[in-house]
Amino acid sequence: MADWLPLFFLGIMGLALLIYIILDGYDLGIGMLLSLADEDEKDQMIASIGPFWDANETWIVLGVGVLLIAFPAAYGLVLTELYLPATLMLMGLILRGVSFDFRAKAKTQYKRRWNRLFALGSLLAAASQGWMLGAYVVGLEHSAVGMAFSAGIAVTLPALYIMLGCGWLIMKADGSLYEKAIAWARWTVLPMGIGIFLLSIATPIVSEVIAAKWFTLPAAIGLLPIPISTSLAYAAIVWVLWQRRILDAGFGWLVFVCLIVICLMSALGLAYSIYPDIVINRMTIWDTASSPESLRFTFYGVALTVPMILVYTVFIYRIFSGKATKLSYE
Amino acid sequence: MAFDPFVLARIQFAANISFHILFPTISIGLCWILLYFRTRFTLSGDRDWEYAYFFWVKIFALTFALGVVSGITMSFQFGTNWPGFMERAGNIAGPLLGYEVLTAFFLEASFLGIMLFGKDRVSNRVHLLAATLVAVGTTFSAFWILSLNSWMQTPTGYTMNEGVMMVQDWWTIIFNPSFPYRFAHMLVASLLTSAFFVAGISAWRVRDRLDGPATRKVLRTGILMAAVLAPLQIFLGDLHGLNTLEHQPAKLAAIEGIWETHSGVGLTLFGFPDEEERTTHMKVEIPKAASVILTHSLNGEIQGLNEFEGEHPPVAIVFWSFRIMVGVGMLMLLVAWYAAWQWWQRREENPLLLKLLSLMTYSGWVAVLAGWYVTEIGRQPWIVYGVLSSQEVVAEHGSGMLLSTLTAYLLLYGFLLLSYLMTLRYLASKPARSLLTLQQKAQEAQTTLGSLHTPQEGL
Repeated sequence: MADWLPLFFLGIMGLALLIYIILDGYDLGIGMLLSLADEDEKDQMIASIGPFWDANETWIVLGVGVLLIAFPAAYGLVLTELYLPATLMLMGLILRGVSFDFRAKAKTQYKRRWNRLFALGSLLAAASQGWMLGAYVVGLEHSAVGMAFSAGIAVTLPALYIMLGCGWLIMKADGSLYEKAIAWARWTVLPMGIGIFLLSIATPIVSEVIAAKWFTLPAAIGLLPIPISTSLAYAAIVWVLWQRRILDAGFGWLVFVCLIVICLMSALGLAYSIYPDIVINRMTIWDTASSPESLRFTFYGVALTVPMILVYTVFIYRIFSGKATKLSYE
Repeated sequence: MAFDPFVLARIQFAANISFHILFPTISIGLCWILLYFRTRFTLSGDRDWEYAYFFWVKIFALTFALGVVSGITMSFQFGTNWPGFMERAGNIAGPLLGYEVLTAFFLEASFLGIMLFGKDRVSNRVHLLAATLVAVGTTFSAFWILSLNSWMQTPTGYTMNEGVMMVQDWWTIIFNPSFPYRFAHMLVASLLTSAFFVAGISAWRVRDRLDGPATRKVLRTGILMAAVLAPLQIFLGDLHGLNTLEHQPAKLAAIEGIWETHSGVGLTLFGFPDEEERTTHMKVEIPKAASVILTHSLNGEIQGLNEFEGEHPPVAIVFWSFRIMVGVGMLMLLVAWYAAWQWWQRREENPLLLKLLSLMTYSGWVAVLAGWYVTEIGRQPWIVYGVLSSQEVVAEHGSGMLLSTLTAYLLLYGFLLLSYLMTLRYLASKPARSLLTLQQKAQEAQTTLGSLHTPQEGL
């Protein structure tokens, strides 16, 4: 029993964080794009994420929660090391979350201010998350190279989120916002691609451990599907974005789906790079796992509730499916 | 200037959790009130209740959002500031927090979307179900977090293994000795706070003639709830106090300002505790009353702070917080009963009462904060009572770093609290649509065009 429990929780943590990046990614992306839209489009953008953002954000709480439950020592170490970016991220998430509600309820003259804070909060949260991810991949070392690498992710992750936001809007928006979403996506897709490409090259350079894992035979051949499917998904996004006929024929969801493929592949690549460490070069999952009694107790909860959560999440996405209509509390 | 990083970390956590608790306190109670409105509407078809629901669900959404975002901060701060806590007590604290996320957070956050935006998308039945699930979710959330908090106060069901706490029995951990009292006391606190909150804002609207009959119904709901819950809360508080005497005598000694163990202890109503001289200045006391209340005997012995030298909480702040909590609680009881009496006489719209109730809108917040200061500061110097001290688990950050993040948090929270209060004031003072002239209606439609907030079809 004890053997597979840490693995199980590692999987759940990875899954929660992957779902977080995809779901809150599009919310944060839309937040960052908010300033580029006119007033009516802003309302439509907000309407497209209104019923979902709160639950989307909960996935990071689950991800961090599982880290805390299953690997408490790693949780303490990682968050202590990432004190500043974590604090900035929290402030970003706070600003984003409250602005969403304030903008609709405060006096009309304050609405613009809350819109700006919404955009600022989204950007701050996304960039901080990128920085944290970068620092984590280089093993929490404070070297110049490590910082540069973190800075690279701090720029690339927001670009990915913006693409996810565009992908979401292409599905949910119509009229001028739909046009703008396509235009924004065309602008962002290249920088995002370059970012991901450079980071993929940089990762084995900054980390010898990771290089050793990737560039040995036969592992290298077995891993080929990861870069190949990422490249194919990327090519598909570019192709679809410049084929208006396909987009207008209702296949805009292809952009979002291909982005999910990219996220999934990056996550798999990262998981392979790090496993079985939980903090690179410092701790393995076996060193830090909680006691089996604690893990077993939580296992029952996870096994019972996570499928239910997935079911009702799908249920709610179905209720609010289709083009976003103007939100009303009545 | 030298600041002790440990003190700064504690202030930062206190600021975060004080800000956070304001919002769940309202939303845990308010969602049950909303469910009541929705149920009344479903059963009677009376549009007033639907109107009440939509007026209050907006306030609920705003309150809930503030609670969620400030709550996420907490889940990270255990790690960023108190990593030792999870390293030593993680086997117990982790799963309890995990169950909160799994059984409560997703439920609330997911179904809130339907509650807020589902009107044209789902049937009334599904809407009612969503409101029920959100109410159940918030209560689950309170259950798990209070179980953990109570366990930190009265730890049971664990063993120690090389300094790390191991689980012995989950049932004993979850239902630890102080949990039933703390859970009941907090749930009722939440309902009582919401009752005054709802009654206060409604009183304001009735007084300024901003609203129709629906708001009068809400006002009566709030008054009735408060009149029943205020005495119940005092009774529960008393039981909770007896439980504290049994399990955390040092906290109780600080609450009562008892310096030396003795029998026939008087009840100090007022005074200035002085830890240096170990005495209470300008003491006003009722002889032997503390012994009577706590031991049910005139000459019962109560342990004093002298038994816990170096291991008892700071006295003055615990002593004072307790008196503020009790004072506000008594005031709430008086106002609630006066209001109920006036209602009985069909005079609930007398200007004095409406004024009183609107002044008391946030009274629950004061009592809840003071109460939590008693229980949390009263646990010091321990993080897990008698087992793990706060000093042992703090992260080593420089005081400069802590000072800057603390300042940023304080500014942010101050700004958000002010915005929340101003927005509520604005929502509360907006006249119902039915009371507007045609011209005002046209203006209103213009200014809110395209916004989330569509004006109410008034009554």
